[in-house]
Amino acid sequence: MKTSDIQALLDEPACSHNDKEKTACARPKPGATAGGCSFDGAQITLLPIADVAHIVHGPIACAGSSWDNRGTRSSGSRLFRIGMTTDLSETDVVMGRGEKRLFHAIKQAIDSYSPAAVFVYNTCVPALIGDDVEAVCKATSERWGTPVVPIDAAGFYGTKNLGNRLAGEAMLKYVIGTREPEAAAPRADGLPTYDVNLIGEYNIAGEFWHVAPLFDELGLRILSTLSGDARFREVQTMHRARVNMVVCAKALLNVARKLRDNYGQPFFEGSFYGVEDMSSALRGFARLLGDADLVRRTEAVIGREEARSTAALEAWRQRLKGKRVLLYTGGVKSWSIVSALQDLGMTVVATGTRKSTEEDKARIRQLMGDDARMIDDGSARSLLSIYKEYRADILIAGGRNLYTALKARIPFLDINQEREFGYAGYDGMVELARQLALSIESPVWEAVRRPAPWATHGSQASVPVARVGEGAKQNG
Amino acid sequence: MAEIIHAKKALAVNPLKVSQTLGAALVFLGIRNSLPLMHGSQGCTAFGKVFFVRHFREPVPLQTTAMDQVSTIMGADENVIEALRTLCDKSGPEVIGLVTTGLSETQGTDIRRVLRDFRSAHPEFDDVTVVPVNTPDYVGCLESGYALALESLIETLVAPGRQVGKRPRHVNVLASAMLTPGDIEAIKEWLEAFGLQPVVVPDVGDSLDGHLDEAEFSPLTIGGTPRSEIARLGESIATLVVGSSLNGAADLLQAATGVADYRFDGLLGLDACDEFTQALAAISGQPVPPRIERQRAQLQDAMVDCHFMLGCVRIALAADPDLLVMLARFLNGMGAEIVAAVSPAKAASLARAPLAKVIVGDLEDVEKQARATGAQLVIGNSHALESARRLGVPLLRAGFPQYDLVGAYARSWVGYRGTRQTLFDLANLILGHHHELEAYQSIYRRSAGNDENARQPDLVASPATGLVPQA
Repeated sequence: MKTSDIQALLDEPACSHNDKEKTACARPKPGATAGGCSFDGAQITLLPIADVAHIVHGPIACAGSSWDNRGTRSSGSRLFRIGMTTDLSETDVVMGRGEKRLFHAIKQAIDSYSPAAVFVYNTCVPALIGDDVEAVCKATSERWGTPVVPIDAAGFYGTKNLGNRLAGEAMLKYVIGTREPEAAAPRADGLPTYDVNLIGEYNIAGEFWHVAPLFDELGLRILSTLSGDARFREVQTMHRARVNMVVCAKALLNVARKLRDNYGQPFFEGSFYGVEDMSSALRGFARLLGDADLVRRTEAVIGREEARSTAALEAWRQRLKGKRVLLYTGGVKSWSIVSALQDLGMTVVATGTRKSTEEDKARIRQLMGDDARMIDDGSARSLLSIYKEYRADILIAGGRNLYTALKARIPFLDINQEREFGYAGYDGMVELARQLALSIESPVWEAVRRPAPWATHGSQASVPVARVGEGAKQNG
Repeated sequence: MAEIIHAKKALAVNPLKVSQTLGAALVFLGIRNSLPLMHGSQGCTAFGKVFFVRHFREPVPLQTTAMDQVSTIMGADENVIEALRTLCDKSGPEVIGLVTTGLSETQGTDIRRVLRDFRSAHPEFDDVTVVPVNTPDYVGCLESGYALALESLIETLVAPGRQVGKRPRHVNVLASAMLTPGDIEAIKEWLEAFGLQPVVVPDVGDSLDGHLDEAEFSPLTIGGTPRSEIARLGESIATLVVGSSLNGAADLLQAATGVADYRFDGLLGLDACDEFTQALAAISGQPVPPRIERQRAQLQDAMVDCHFMLGCVRIALAADPDLLVMLARFLNGMGAEIVAAVSPAKAASLARAPLAKVIVGDLEDVEKQARATGAQLVIGNSHALESARRLGVPLLRAGFPQYDLVGAYARSWVGYRGTRQTLFDLANLILGHHHELEAYQSIYRRSAGNDENARQPDLVASPATGLVPQA
């Protein structure tokens, strides 16, 4: 991968971050860096394609500590959960046998698992010694007739975000447009079918299954997602959709923009989290498809689902009303989750904005008021101090902060990639409410903040405990 | 003597192997006020962090030199120096484990020279110990990386000299990667029962045991072996080495200090426990305390109880060499049959395992071998769950990583009590998968009009067709 290619990818005209300094793209700081690499990002984007053999080309570290650790779910094929790596040895590296090994590895994967396609992820070591992964993919593809796609996103190329884009580019270059979709069978109810794509939806914990039935009901056929519960043959047909939705992800705007420029597909950005966002996502499709009847039917579905959701959430609203939330998450989620929480009657006292655009921030002010506290420094220490200052009742953040919260004896909800519960859609809101309530209301907090009966007052053990406890006690 | 067979295939499927780099990092997670610094791309660290966090369910301090495209090609020495400076400045650690990755090793880094450069440029950080470890991931596995880190730790912190017995109750314990925090606690209690003062290196039992601490947050390890204790290993009266992967580290410590050592392949099973107890009695000069005698008698009772379930049971093992050897010895001692044994990397100890053969391979090899031999139980990490599910047999989780259950870190395998619990767990898994005999209904009973089969479709029909039931 050439530096100029990477630079070109970092310039994304459709991204509202593009005008300002690219903080997410700056050189990572040695000794003070968190977050994954490009290989990680590429896998997040593509691993959910379930019937593909995903081969990690490199020594063991990349696959060894990461295989089968994603929260994505498939409704059918489980092939993506089989960990595959060329597991390069010292001899392979020193003698330059990587390409040869990869060649045979691809054959072995095809022979043993008959995958719909093989994706080969390049990693740091073969990228450094100059293995020509693209050539091996081309040769094997021609020889065995199974598509073999190179994903050149070695870790040292950059961040996870860049890896998402590189993966999207690989799909545009090698996969999308290589097959025509079958015509949709006529519906029993005689309604028209519109083909759409979802970009950046990963079906974490199967959460999209909360939403998918509504698409069926409205006559929106999902040609493909990129890439939750997707199949290779579906991704091939993405160029034929009428409308694309980019779900909670600036990282894959390159795909949406190129699909628009090359195939004339309009796209919109949205989210499936929270009642309000869920409804506006459905409206987004109806609006761009420009079918008056679809607009009417969509409003009917929204009306029905919102009423159902209101009823289902009523009991939870009583319990969560007035509870104070410290939210720390990136980008679009910084406001999309805010509206979901406010919907539950909760007060969001502060939200993370490190990855948010000016547009995101304006939206936050609109939702939370001008005195909304925006957090740029997401270090554990800073989060804990804001938690106390604002007397929050729960911290909502990514899994990385899970044990930060628990060690400080404060309630927590995991909102990112690795979580085990689905929050998308109208039904997902109930699960979100349940998870919030079970942590906030748990009797364990009082128990673990209480000093041992034999601890003397003012002893070391009880001091920080009492300090953390204050906020929650006043509010809970 | 086991025959070592290398799986000859280009593609590793469902890898069992974890990188040496992570093994090295684990050592520093067991040292107080310390953190590992991985010299590689930021992903090496991010993946490592997720790996350990999911296993231990603890915050895990881990940093990176964050090699990018430019430093990968043009040289990353400055990354190392900057990372060390930043960590010393911001977090004030006592020990930093500077461990390399496949990327920096392929690039050809010389971390010892870079470390000297750092020392001369930053004398203000002389009080921070930096332990360099070369752990390319295209060699070895978690266990060997761990051993290399322990060797470097000893070379860095233990000054050569002869002060054996200056601390007459202190006994060193070099603890292999196979030992859990729960194991370390059990070993400490074992020593303490003889009036000995254990110094465990590294002490993950003190840092990763999962306890709520007064400190709400720390960028460094909370707990673990204090640096000052490592420097004084030469003053102890003996060293106990658990796990043969640590033979190299033990040799170094022995040569540097002259402290006599006792080496054990493992502490699981009656024989291994007896050997260890004997050694403790000899070192302390004390008789075996009654409560240890009692634990031993309890284990014997459990062995008798469980031999019905474990005798002749066919078991597939997948683990790093130390754990594999320890489990194989123990299971052999119970009359079980090891029908598949797979290690992710080769090691000298494997040849001594009481097994016909050991395959150096992955979980696909375990699965194939287990299917071919009709294994009834798999012992391996959480990744082996899918294999066990496909085989239709239960899994006992052991080794790294264990992310799909809570408390893996707290489990104690070693000692009389740990062995007893392991026996119970194995026996219960077998009992839970016990297949009853298929019932047989005599044709005469059926012909007499008592055909219960009609109401119990799960019973097999008689193959005899000679009698026609009367209507």
